[in-house]
Amino acid sequence: MHLGHDHSHGWPSAVSADAHRPDGTRRALRIGLGGPVGSGKTATVAALCRALRDELSLAVVTNDIYTREDAEFLLREAVLPPERITAVETGACPHTAIRDDISANLEAVEDLEDEVGPLALILVESGGDNLTATFSKGLVDAQIFVIDVAGGDDIPRKGGPGVTTADLLVVNKTDLAPYVGSDLARMAADAKTQRAELPVVFQSLRSEAGVAEVAAWVREKLAAWTA
Amino acid sequence: MSRAALLVLADGRFPAGGHAHSGGAEAAVKGGLITGSDGLEAFCRGRLHTAGLVSAALAAAAALGVDPVALDAAADARTPSLALRVASRKLGRQLMRAARATWPSRELDVVAREFPKGAHQPVVLGVAARVAGLGADDAAYCSAYESVSGPASAVVRLLSLDPFDATGVLARLAPEVDRVVGAAVEAAGEVVVGGVDALPAASAPLLEIGAEAHAAWPVRLFAS
Repeated sequence: MHLGHDHSHGWPSAVSADAHRPDGTRRALRIGLGGPVGSGKTATVAALCRALRDELSLAVVTNDIYTREDAEFLLREAVLPPERITAVETGACPHTAIRDDISANLEAVEDLEDEVGPLALILVESGGDNLTATFSKGLVDAQIFVIDVAGGDDIPRKGGPGVTTADLLVVNKTDLAPYVGSDLARMAADAKTQRAELPVVFQSLRSEAGVAEVAAWVREKLAAWTA
Repeated sequence: MSRAALLVLADGRFPAGGHAHSGGAEAAVKGGLITGSDGLEAFCRGRLHTAGLVSAALAAAAALGVDPVALDAAADARTPSLALRVASRKLGRQLMRAARATWPSRELDVVAREFPKGAHQPVVLGVAARVAGLGADDAAYCSAYESVSGPASAVVRLLSLDPFDATGVLARLAPEVDRVVGAAVEAAGEVVVGGVDALPAASAPLLEIGAEAHAAWPVRLFAS
């Protein structure tokens, strides 16, 4: 009912997934990043901002559980000007704010587009949560699930909605694998079993390549969105 | 009208942002005013008869078709704390989004355009009830019940309170919710005749003060 056909000029947009803003322009692509606590979501967001900020207009929404730590980390690292970073408060339930009741996050993305727009891309970072936390399609157009090798190399085998259905699975901190006894080949095979053709990226933000592969995936999504 | 529409609007899972707010309960827990189900009951009773009564009357008046702009100004005048006014408008904006998606109507569109950053939540609730085909008493019930159910579910999370105890508190308050709704609907009827000055102006200073303190905390679970 609301995929970009029923917007009316001059009236505020009613719903969530509308591809157009009230003025008729195409809205920013929204990509969600979710995953367990400490897997490197914020570090990945920071690296993406550094990789993409010179080529496109972007902004970030964070969903901290009980602080503004993630937003403040991004501000301290100065990955984007402060007006391009917004923190949403989630009432002790980060998965509710990205899936069951997305209204506060939708406001945040709309306000960013109103106040600093036009934007090409908005990254929506979930607060660290569990393996079942996925983003509503009313909030994001695509989602990245970030896990790390130190969280246990059995996570891809365990599956769950995040690992199984995310548009991109990122296995982070591959540099730590030898130190924590994680078997990357096994993780890759398990991920393949769970995800069939959906892509998986193994990354270490400490390596030279860093976030390049994920950034390339984001560029592809953006090209498809604006096509 | 559909009676079931009331269940849709009153459902705690109606996606209108309420889950991120404690209705002042987080500040009260931190202040030692709520340590268990007795404290929760006392807190909820106080909130019901003050903020709950005012919001129920606003919602009922909006459901009767009273001008939302006048009601919104009356809500401002009855909410001394800036933090609470901000929270109420945020929730109003979120409820507006959910209501417009659920019950598309010109009447909601007009209010959304008048208040792009949100009208006070009870005013939006009343208009939403109206377009859903509900009456003033339904709107008042939603609002009065929300004024106690929000803190109760927040305290379950904040204190790891037994959820059955929290639900028991709500059940024990039910007769008082009935009475508050009765008073709110009566006041709303007077507003139709005599203007918004007929709205109740019951105030809970500790809720206002607690909200101001809470808004300045660097670490908190709830937005208000």
